[in-house]
Amino acid sequence: MPTTAELKQRIETTIPGARAEVVDLNGGGDHFRATVVAPEFAELSRIEQHRRVYAVFGPDIGGPIHALSLVTRAEA
Amino acid sequence: MSTPEQQISEAIQGAIADNEVILFMKGTPEAPRCGFSARSVAALEAIGTPFAAVDILPDPRIRQQLSGLSNWPTIPQLFVRGELVGGCDIITEMYESGELAQTIGVEAPGDAPEQAPIAAEPGAPPLTIENNLHRT
Repeated sequence: MPTTAELKQRIETTIPGARAEVVDLNGGGDHFRATVVAPEFAELSRIEQHRRVYAVFGPDIGGPIHALSLVTRAEA
Repeated sequence: MSTPEQQISEAIQGAIADNEVILFMKGTPEAPRCGFSARSVAALEAIGTPFAAVDILPDPRIRQQLSGLSNWPTIPQLFVRGELVGGCDIITEMYESGELAQTIGVEAPGDAPEQAPIAAEPGAPPLTIENNLHRT
């Protein structure tokens, strides 16, 4: 079962300079919310920002990670 | 001979092309089967826009084909005039900022003339997709 620490680490190690805060929405280890701040988001549309974060997890989205709600920003 | 997957993909593309505003969701607008889908329906209903809705639950291939086409892994997915607008988070953010009504081209609630929401009409697209499924 994925943990908030694991999700945070995967986002921060995959997206350069990213800072992520991840919460488990219902304590069940499969519904998460991530707030991600990354410099490269300045160049991306909101939809591309979300795609970038989803891409970190590939097929795990819809698999072990049932839902990942996102808030993305270029600056903290 | 097209495969069932191709037929589903074509039905999805047809539904997106034929409907100015279309939501792919879990369940129906009257009976959403997921909180994210429910929230997205509520946002669309709140701005008073008519929209088509496709339930992706009846066949897992609908979601597979849709996500392949849209390059978006989660449900719901909102399309406006053929373009993916986003999932629940983006729909909610845009609703709160007023962008959603702007993007769809409806007046913000309050300024809008009295208008019966047609949101509950499921419309033809889901049937088209279901028909294709049963024909295989």
